[in-house]
Amino acid sequence: MANAIKLVVLGLVALFAAIAANYARDLAYMVNALVIMLVASVMFVITLRKADEDRVLRDLSGEYMDDVVRYGVIATAFWGVVGFLVGVFIAFQLAFPVLNFEWSQGLLNFGRLRPLHTSAVIFAFGGNALICTSFYVVQRTSAARLWGGNLAWFVFWGYNLFIVLAALSYVLGGSQSKEYAEPEWYVDLWLTIVWVAYLAVFLGTIIKRKEPHIYVANWFFLSFIVTVAMLHVVNNLVIPVSIFGSKSVQVFAGVQDAMTQWWYGHNAVGFFLTAGFLGMMYYFIPKQAEKPVYSYKLSIIHFWALIFLYIWAGPHHLHYTALPDWASTLGMVFSVILWMPSWGGMINGLMTLSGAWDKLRTDPVIRMMVIAVGFYGMSTFEGPMMSIKAVNSLSHYTDWTIGHVHSGALGWNGMITFGALYFLVPKLWNREKLYSLSMVSWHFWLATIGIVLYAASMWVTGIMEGLMWREVDANGFLVNSFADTVSAKFPMYVVRGLGGVMYLAGALIMCANLWLTVRKAPAVETANGLVPAE
Amino acid sequence: MDTYSLLREFADSWMLLVLFLFFGAVVLWVFRPGARRTYQETAGIPFRHEDRPAAASASVEAQAGKDLAK
Repeated sequence: MANAIKLVVLGLVALFAAIAANYARDLAYMVNALVIMLVASVMFVITLRKADEDRVLRDLSGEYMDDVVRYGVIATAFWGVVGFLVGVFIAFQLAFPVLNFEWSQGLLNFGRLRPLHTSAVIFAFGGNALICTSFYVVQRTSAARLWGGNLAWFVFWGYNLFIVLAALSYVLGGSQSKEYAEPEWYVDLWLTIVWVAYLAVFLGTIIKRKEPHIYVANWFFLSFIVTVAMLHVVNNLVIPVSIFGSKSVQVFAGVQDAMTQWWYGHNAVGFFLTAGFLGMMYYFIPKQAEKPVYSYKLSIIHFWALIFLYIWAGPHHLHYTALPDWASTLGMVFSVILWMPSWGGMINGLMTLSGAWDKLRTDPVIRMMVIAVGFYGMSTFEGPMMSIKAVNSLSHYTDWTIGHVHSGALGWNGMITFGALYFLVPKLWNREKLYSLSMVSWHFWLATIGIVLYAASMWVTGIMEGLMWREVDANGFLVNSFADTVSAKFPMYVVRGLGGVMYLAGALIMCANLWLTVRKAPAVETANGLVPAE
Repeated sequence: MDTYSLLREFADSWMLLVLFLFFGAVVLWVFRPGARRTYQETAGIPFRHEDRPAAASASVEAQAGKDLAK
C-alpha cells in the first residue's frame, strides 16, 4: 500500500515536472524541472522494481543509523572540494579577468560563479557537515537511534537535491539576488520541506533519548535548525510571477527588505556557521581530547548569551544606509557585546585541552580542531571591531570584509569540519586509525598557511582600497578613480588566489587520506566476535 | 499610535526586561547549589553509548554507574 502511494506521488511529480519544463518561461526553471522529472522517474522505476519484494522488518533500535552519516561524510568532502575549486577559480578571475572566457559569457563569468562558490561552501560543504555530524552526535548523546526511520535519508537526499537545483539555477541565471539566499521561490519551498523533516528527525531523536539530560551540543544544533527555519521562511516571503517561471517579487520593499535580508544574512552566520559548528566543537573536541568539556556551566551560559545576542547584530551590515540610525547603533552595540559569549565559547573549547596540551604535539587532528577554535576567536574579535561605525566606514565594501569572512569560514568552519571528518571516518568505517597522520599534518600546514596568505592579503588590499576611496586632495576632490584601486589590488589578488590553491591542495590530501583509510587501514577487531550490522 | 511605534515601544521596554530577566535567571540557575554534580554527569554524556544505543530495558542510571565503575 505504501509503495502504491509512493508510485502515485512520484508519477504525479514526474508528470507535473514534465508539464512545467514544457511551459517553462526561463532556462533555469526548465533545467530544474527536467532534473526533478528525471529524479522522480528514476525513483519511480526503483520503487516499482522493489514493489513486490517482501519487506523484512528487523528491530534496529539496538543499532545506530550510521549509513546516512557515512553518505553525509562523503558528500561533505565532495562538496568541499567543489566549493574550494570554484573559489580558487573566481579568485583568479578577479586577478586575471581574461578567465571570464568569451565562450562562457552568461554561464561561467564571475557574477554567475560567485553565488555558486558561496552556496557550495556554506550550504553544500557546511550544510552536509552539519547534517551528518548532528545525526551522529544526537544519536550518541541521546543513546537512541535516529527517529523517523528513512526520514533521515529523505533529509540527506532532499538537501543534496536542493543544492543541485540551486547550483544549476545560479549558473543559468535563476537568482533572487539576495546574498546567501539566492535560490528562487520553488527551490526555497523544497528546502523548507526538507528542513521541517530535518527538525522532525532531530527533535524526535532528542525526545526519545535515554539520557536524562540533553547534551549541550544538541542545544546548539537544535537552535541552528529552528532559527535557520525561521530566517529562511521570513527572508523568502515572495510572490511568484508565474508558477512556470523562476521570477518572483519580494513581499517586503526598500529598507524593510534590506533589513530583513541582513537579519537573515547575519543570523545565517550566527546560527548556521556558528551555533551549528559550536555543536560540533562541543562534541568532537572532548572526544578527540578524551576529556569532558572544560566547564559545562560556561557552555550553558555561552549558549543562552549567544542566542540572545546574535539575533540583533544584523543591522551592522547596513551602516550609513537608509536604515534608521537607532537600528544600526543597536546592531553595532549588540555586535560588540557578542564578543563576550564568543570568547567564552572559545575559552571553553581551548581549555578542554588543559592537562592534555601534549596531545597538540602528537595528534594533528586535535591541532586542527584547536586552530579552528583559534580562528573562531580571531574572527569573532575582528567582526565586532568591524561593526563599529567608524571602522565600518573604512572597511565596508572593501576586501577586508572578504578577508574577515574567509578567516571565519576557512579557519573556523573548514578546520573544525576537517577535524570532525578525521574523527568520523575511522569510527564510521570501523578502522583502527587514520591511514596517515603525516598527511593530516600536511593538510594542517597547507590549510593554515593558505588562510594566513588569504587573510593577510585581504587586510592589506581592503585597507588600502578603503583609504584610496576616501583620499581627497587640497581642493576636496577625490584623488583616485575606481580603476586605480582595481589595478593597485592586483598583487594581493594573486597572493589570495595562491592561498586558495594551498587550501584546496590540503583538502585534496584529506580526501586521499580518508579514501585510503577506508580502503587500506586495518579494521578494528570486534571484541565480542560480532560483526556490526551497519 | 501606529503598529510600528507600538511594537517598538513594547520591544525596548517590557520585552527587553523579560529577555534580560530570563537570561539573568539562566545564569543564576546554572550556579544553583548542587549543580556541579549534575553537570559533571551531563558533561560525561559523549563518553557513554559510543557504539550502540542504550538497551531498552536497562535504566540509564545503571548504565551510568557501570561506566563510572570502568
